[in-house]
Amino acid sequence: MTTRDLTPDLVVDASKTLCPTPVLRAKSGMDKLQKGQVMKLVATDPGSKADIPSFARMGGHELLSTEQAGQTFVYWLRKGGK
Amino acid sequence: MVTVAERALQENLELFTRMHREAHEGETKRIAIVASKGTLDMVYPPLILASTASAMGMEAGIFFTFYGLNVINKKKNKHLQVSPIANPAAPMPVPNILGAIPGMTAMATGMLKRMMRKQNMPSTGELVSVCQQSGVKLIACSTTMGVMGVKQEDLIDGVDIAGAASFLEFASKAQITLFV
Repeated sequence: MTTRDLTPDLVVDASKTLCPTPVLRAKSGMDKLQKGQVMKLVATDPGSKADIPSFARMGGHELLSTEQAGQTFVYWLRKGGK
Repeated sequence: MVTVAERALQENLELFTRMHREAHEGETKRIAIVASKGTLDMVYPPLILASTASAMGMEAGIFFTFYGLNVINKKKNKHLQVSPIANPAAPMPVPNILGAIPGMTAMATGMLKRMMRKQNMPSTGELVSVCQQSGVKLIACSTTMGVMGVKQEDLIDGVDIAGAASFLEFASKAQITLFV
């Protein structure tokens, strides 16, 4: 499955912010979703490239894909966990 | 040449590693931090780590001691500063003798705050709120309160007051412990 087939249940914009804001916004976004729903997260912090995968692993979420266009990163996350 | 004994040892080691991993899988991870500093640059790291840990599903606790107590002191938490004295890594390093001139600390603080605001960094107060909303345990050091004459009503709501033993009990079940 590619992200082209996906419609996000929630889009979260964390662009023009630095750590810890992308992860904190990702968490707030996840709190609004049900298990299995998909969030699209936009960030510009280069550290998010490492941080969002860690956030997904620790929280039990699935990182479906990461896209990069210039200095902008787009993360597709499927909510998992308890 | 691998001997039988070596192979047996290797297998035991792998078995033990797997058992250990399985036994602790799904266990909630915990971070325990001592925040002992009250300058702007030293206050951010504990708050960032605790709020992020909580966002990742970890339990987090911060023990505010000595100048770190200012972070949860209602009278002082809006006036945290950074000093240019003995700080050659400051964005605009100045000789110590100039750093000692009245107003230089305010200037350095203003500069750092502007730089942070430009990058949309949350304020320390906002991070404390995030910590509280996400269930980070905020503990005020009772000894510091006594020594510095800080009353419970001087502190923000929702913090625990405790001493070393209580923090150590919390930290003894943590995988990550930091002193900042």
